[in-house]
Amino acid sequence: MAFDEDAVRRTAYLARLALPMDEVPAVANQLEKIMALVEELCAISTEGVLPMAHPLDLEQPLRPDQVSNHDERQRLMASAPATEHGLFLVPKVIE
Amino acid sequence: MDLHDFSLRQLREGLQKRDFSAQELTKSLLKRIHTLNPELNAFVTVTEAAALESAAQADARLAKGESGTLLGLPIAHKDIFCTADVPTTCGSKMLKNFVAPYSATVVERLAAEGMVMLGKLNMDEFAMGSSNETSYFGPVRNPWNTEMVPGGSSGGSAAAVAAGLVPVATGTDTGGSIRQPAALCGITGIKPTYGRVSRYGMIAFASSLDQGGAMARSAEDCALLLSAMAAHDPRDSTSHPAAASDFLRGLDRPLQGLRVGVPEEFFGEGLDPEVAAAVQAGIDQLAKQGASIQSIRLPNNPHAVSTYYVLAPAEASSNLSRFDGVRYTHRSSAAESLDDLYLQSRYEGFGAEVRRRILVGTYVLSAGYYDAYYLKAQQVRSLIREDFRRAFAEVDVIVGPTTPEPAFPLGAKNADPVAMYLADIYTIAVNLAGIPALSLPCGFTQSGLPIGMQLMGDYFADDLLLNVAHRYQQESDWHLARPNLKAGEA
Repeated sequence: MAFDEDAVRRTAYLARLALPMDEVPAVANQLEKIMALVEELCAISTEGVLPMAHPLDLEQPLRPDQVSNHDERQRLMASAPATEHGLFLVPKVIE
Repeated sequence: MDLHDFSLRQLREGLQKRDFSAQELTKSLLKRIHTLNPELNAFVTVTEAAALESAAQADARLAKGESGTLLGLPIAHKDIFCTADVPTTCGSKMLKNFVAPYSATVVERLAAEGMVMLGKLNMDEFAMGSSNETSYFGPVRNPWNTEMVPGGSSGGSAAAVAAGLVPVATGTDTGGSIRQPAALCGITGIKPTYGRVSRYGMIAFASSLDQGGAMARSAEDCALLLSAMAAHDPRDSTSHPAAASDFLRGLDRPLQGLRVGVPEEFFGEGLDPEVAAAVQAGIDQLAKQGASIQSIRLPNNPHAVSTYYVLAPAEASSNLSRFDGVRYTHRSSAAESLDDLYLQSRYEGFGAEVRRRILVGTYVLSAGYYDAYYLKAQQVRSLIREDFRRAFAEVDVIVGPTTPEPAFPLGAKNADPVAMYLADIYTIAVNLAGIPALSLPCGFTQSGLPIGMQLMGDYFADDLLLNVAHRYQQESDWHLARPNLKAGEA
């Protein structure tokens, strides 16, 4: 397995992390070490073993579809970094 | 003995008998926090005014004759639990200015009991770390030796309790984050069965592994706190319908006939000899108290760390995608386009370890690698759970070391993430299976650092773990030792 610098750049974009070029080699090196740690999993025989997604074998609980939230727009937006007229501001997306 | 050394039971008795008021108790601990926290850095936020106000309310309720179990008793929360009107940072620059619009269920429940919150506790960023060094707010120092780490990620909680800044604290445990710092700071901490404690309002790291729990200086105090924390919560879809329990009820049961399993895999290469000796002495103590000891195998435990470092980053990369620089997080001022805003804000807002785990998680979930890593790890997770199933058919409790070594120096493992990950080699399998486990003090190294012993139980055997730990603490005094802190008496 090779976590080369290309793979780091590709993955960083998928994860939306603007990794500066000069950090890529060091990060590639660390990720390579982490992947070397998990690589041992490939040697374990798991034929016919069911994947386990969750510790409890519970069914998804359902509840009546009723409104339970109050209108808390102001409270919810209070921590937003930029707002205007009760809306979140982002850079222009349409020219 | 000073107020900061009192157990919850002793504090409660003092309040009921009016030996001191909740306000006096709160003031005395706040004074101790002001003296000791500048060095320990256990608290990120001290909520002095709100604490004095809730203490006054508690005093009014006590004066009316109310006798709630936790009424007027102090607590502090790991800064991963959302608190309305008080910042919740999760140890990250990303949430430096975040004030949650609501409180976590755990916070609400304990406040309703009349507990007095003194503040929010430092932690590894987004609970990712085993040394509390990844916090944006700086490392926490171990009260037993301030050159050493307190463990993590609930390092602020463990240090605060060990230093007597607060008698009990909340913590969370995804791969050992309650038990490992509890061991390194010489306190008792329980990670309950998955589904016991509501995750509502607890900032998500890896949702199928995260579990809130109690940290205190004794098993009895953990039992008191956990009894108020554990409850079914309709707001958390993974909350178990039978989550609630009175953990004090069975605390005194004798250990006669208790079947203890000691896994061979926990005593192999890499275990510090002083830790091995202290844990062995702890096991001998349990035998002396009536338990029968037998050797067991957990053959897949050696795969737990690798399994975890596929699954936890995968879940984290998904959970942390919500931090986008738009709604309530750090926002880059350098961005010119929307894509750039995401890219820059996330790079600037997350620290190096969190970025690393997001990258690993994104990678193992990306096209072409899913089967090789993610699916494979989920299958090995089944095997790890199966190991425990087989073991608990023969024994009631599994006992071993909590950590391979005692507290290590600050900075010692920072350059090598994999070395840091191996600090959790004995704690991770428990989270993968979802079973409960507890760490309690069982000795000290020659250099005076605490050593932790881990008890693991079957699903919903949390009460048995607390019972065994409590009985052990009736016959030992490791949990009564206190670090030597130079502070004005509080």
